[in-house]
Amino acid sequence: MASASGCAEVEIRMAVETRFLPEEETMLLNMGPQHPATHGVLRLVLALDGEVVKDVTPVIGYLHSGFEKTYENKRYQQCVTLTDRMDYLNPLGNNLAFALAVEKLLGIEVPPRAQVARVILAELTRIQSHLVAVGSGALDLNGTTVMMFAFREREEFLDIFELCSGQRMMTSFIRPGGLAKDLPPEFPERVLAVLEGLPDRLADYHRLLTRNPIWLDRMVGVGKFTAEQCIEWGVTGPVLRSAGVPRDLRKDTPYCGYENYDFNVITREEGDCYARYLVRMDEILESIKIVKQALARLPEGPYVVDDYKLAFPPRQAISDNMEALIHHFKLATEGYRVPAGEVYLPIESPRGELGFYIVSDGSSRPYRVHVRTPSFANLQSLPAMARGSMLADMVPIIAAIDPILGDVDR
Amino acid sequence: MAGSDPAVALVSASIGDGLLAVEEDRAGNTILIVERGSIRGACQALRDGEEKFVHLSGIWGVDYLGMGLGPRFAVVYHLYSPTSRRRVAIKVPVEESDPVVPSVVEVWPAAGWHERETFDMFGIRFEGHPNLARILMPEDTDFYPLRKDFPLGGEEVQFTHTPEPAHLPHRPKIGLEKGKT
Repeated sequence: MASASGCAEVEIRMAVETRFLPEEETMLLNMGPQHPATHGVLRLVLALDGEVVKDVTPVIGYLHSGFEKTYENKRYQQCVTLTDRMDYLNPLGNNLAFALAVEKLLGIEVPPRAQVARVILAELTRIQSHLVAVGSGALDLNGTTVMMFAFREREEFLDIFELCSGQRMMTSFIRPGGLAKDLPPEFPERVLAVLEGLPDRLADYHRLLTRNPIWLDRMVGVGKFTAEQCIEWGVTGPVLRSAGVPRDLRKDTPYCGYENYDFNVITREEGDCYARYLVRMDEILESIKIVKQALARLPEGPYVVDDYKLAFPPRQAISDNMEALIHHFKLATEGYRVPAGEVYLPIESPRGELGFYIVSDGSSRPYRVHVRTPSFANLQSLPAMARGSMLADMVPIIAAIDPILGDVDR
Repeated sequence: MAGSDPAVALVSASIGDGLLAVEEDRAGNTILIVERGSIRGACQALRDGEEKFVHLSGIWGVDYLGMGLGPRFAVVYHLYSPTSRRRVAIKVPVEESDPVVPSVVEVWPAAGWHERETFDMFGIRFEGHPNLARILMPEDTDFYPLRKDFPLGGEEVQFTHTPEPAHLPHRPKIGLEKGKT
């Protein structure tokens, strides 16, 4: 099956980045798309010279679901439920990016309570996403304890999301106009209770990993990427910051009131997998800071814009008020029309720059939606990052890029 | 506001008549409408100019079929300058009859996969791209899914458990007897 002609056939039929002709000592090894360490359905065709990776070609598209085409056929409020499912470890972030873009087109601002709530929810999502990144990265290198601990912590965050929206992951809670419904009254205490114990748990992970000889051996110096390389390959997020570039869209082009919060942009200089791990761990602490500040200033008030043409009227009003009933009907059937125009408004997702480019033709369905996803852009740098590494290094390199295949393929 | 954008002057100085028009998006970012022959020049000027638009957010296509204005396609380039912390967009109108645009991989290696995706979804070819192959769809796909004349759900079903798929006579039945589900 793996005859010389078999290899040539594979090479012709697939999309190789470089015109690589297997010499006598080079073997083409396929990793994935079904593989426990590729973080999803990612196929890597490795050109190996013994243990050394001479080249790697990522083949993606195994999770391509046609989100962008589907958006064109759904009304804006229907699109919200789709947004959760692309980067499925950052559902509220996806919701937020979409909501911000649509609100820009609508020319509206959400009420202050919704603004602050959005920041809290986005940062809670960031924390649980980084917990998964660290946990699954450790699991890939056989540190099952850390994975279990991280997912145990994550359960508490999923409980918070369930408290708010009834859903653990695909909440669709942040919508154009504000939130889906108001935060429950016990929300602040529940969140503070979760965050209270988290720094000690993170210290546990540091005890298990940060000076662990096996972890250091497999992560330090692996997948080194300089700042220049990151920038020219369009890499954003923790990978970029691990190379010393202090770029964070929450600071640089703030949205949602982020300019009012006091937090640091975590960077490291080494640009290797170990640096990326430390960046994510420290970013969790910064997110905790932001959530605590936001909870302290969470104002009372409406959670959604006061415009029944955009947001559903309260349930009670529908029974009492004819206008509210009509608005509800029109919203549920026709949806709201968004003025014609285009916008691209990226946010800082746990993986980097996430932005929705929306073209509206004035109707209640988007004309074109393109999602600029960080995992797609970051994964492109994989060959440049991994060339010359050993085969075993592929695992931490992928783990440290932290791609989500739903984000890559859409 | 768009007219006084320094990026406009910079690009205009670099490519002259290649700059067809200047618009603005709803976030207040400038959109430079650039003729396809000048796209490399415009990108290089913006990347190396004073503001240093070193970050290419992405390249994607739009199909204006049905909107009835001008050329059918456009390729949108979104750039970000960390120095001045702002974005600029470039739009290249592309005719349906000749959907080719010069590639900008030499300006930003990051353009590689974005151009491949635009080709995959719209059928717009990028001249000079080192490996313009499909990236999301299977390699043997013979349609461009994001074109407006391609319907949602237009992809043929490859495998089905429908016992007697009358309209798919040659599809393999996955281990099913006739009439069983």
